[in-house]
Amino acid sequence: MKLIFEQMPVVFNSLNIGFLQTMRLFFVTLLGAFPLGLLICMGTMSRFKLISAYCKIHVWIIRGTPLMIQLLIIYYFPGLVLHKNIWGSGESGRFTAAAVAFILNYANYFSEIYRGGIQSIPVGQEEAGLVLGMTKPQIFFRIKLLQMIKRILPPISNEIITLVKDTSLARIIALQEIIWAGQAFLKGSQGISGAIWPLFFTAVYYLAATGLLTLGLGALEKKLEYFR
Amino acid sequence: MSILQVEHLKKTFNRTNVLKDISFSLEKGQALSIIGSSGSGKTTLLRCLNFLETPDSGIIRINGDVIFDGAQYSRLSEEEIRLRRLHFGLVFQSFNLFPQYTALENVTLAKKLLLKSQKKSGPDVLRTIDEEGRDLLRRMGLADRMYNYPHQLSGGQQQRVAIARALALSPDILCFDEPTSALDPELTGEVLRVIRSLAQQNMTMIIVTHEMAFARDVSSQVIFMDDGHIAEQGTSDEVFNHPREERTKHFLAGYNKS
Repeated sequence: MKLIFEQMPVVFNSLNIGFLQTMRLFFVTLLGAFPLGLLICMGTMSRFKLISAYCKIHVWIIRGTPLMIQLLIIYYFPGLVLHKNIWGSGESGRFTAAAVAFILNYANYFSEIYRGGIQSIPVGQEEAGLVLGMTKPQIFFRIKLLQMIKRILPPISNEIITLVKDTSLARIIALQEIIWAGQAFLKGSQGISGAIWPLFFTAVYYLAATGLLTLGLGALEKKLEYFR
Repeated sequence: MSILQVEHLKKTFNRTNVLKDISFSLEKGQALSIIGSSGSGKTTLLRCLNFLETPDSGIIRINGDVIFDGAQYSRLSEEEIRLRRLHFGLVFQSFNLFPQYTALENVTLAKKLLLKSQKKSGPDVLRTIDEEGRDLLRRMGLADRMYNYPHQLSGGQQQRVAIARALALSPDILCFDEPTSALDPELTGEVLRVIRSLAQQNMTMIIVTHEMAFARDVSSQVIFMDDGHIAEQGTSDEVFNHPREERTKHFLAGYNKS
């Protein structure tokens, strides 16, 4: 027990660095996937059959295969098959590849949630706007958007919380996120080896992050409860 | 000159002829009721007048000016259609209030946006619009409901807000699409009272309704539609008390029985 206390500063320093990488991947994924999801959503709802078919197949493939395979293929394919390392070397290269895989994956899930949100607004809302002489953009931004946000917030919150934990999949391409950092002390690192307790603490980081997000997103949902 | 003239309006949905050659006219300050069984084309007619559906052919004139001509429609820009539909207001069966806005905001939003897009809006203008909105809601008997959200209002109150919202843009003709059909019976009275008072103030109105007693009292003109045709039209007294067509008699008899 005394040993653990002595190891703590080293271990927490490593875990903090790992968690920073986890959070970077988390925020970059959200930043990329929110707008890309909207683009894919508009694509699947497009009047042009070719575009909508392409986007629907895209959604089917991405949602129908594990994120882990997507990560592995996106990271290794360019180097091994095309003999061209497009991701760059080291940790920054792994991060770029992971971010691309995560953004692509989450954008497709978001696009389906957006689509559900758009389609759940009664057509009467648009018609009421039209007969009052509003323009299409006014109807979207002033009338439909907030109603959509209210409706998609619960499923989006779910995805956001899942994403916190999904970032650990990037461990498979050796991204130095928090699981990687904790696991290092199992094999041996900085003079500590065979220690499992750092891994237990990685779980505490996840719980803290998801707990905070649950509170924040719940508060947002509450804020939108003023209308139905 | 008639405020509204509709000539040879036709509309087909998937090879079903919903409107078959509809022609009628309406004088300023009069209320016209359109009656008929479900599926006879009443609602489609209202939706065509409000540009929510595009007729296949026919002409619609307001004060003699052609605002719709089936032969030339495709050349109109979205902007032109948007301005032309402002001649009409429409009150929906299901109210369609905007849930995230208060009663007052529902009434004032469209006018504020309209003036903003014409670059005519300023603090004074916005204040005037709010004042007009409050006046309209007071006229609807909703003085104490202005800052409530739609879900806090009864169906009858929501429909009265919707009427105020339609009036806020001062349309030439106000259309009602079965305004009381979604209401509990005890709430229809308050909405019908408001429409009746508008008729007394000589608002030009077209009312699609199943409330026969109401249609009889409030309207000066009545159209009976059957299977996409105007089967009979005339004054309220003519259609309700002395119908000439068998179909009209049959339809009205069905109502008198129940």
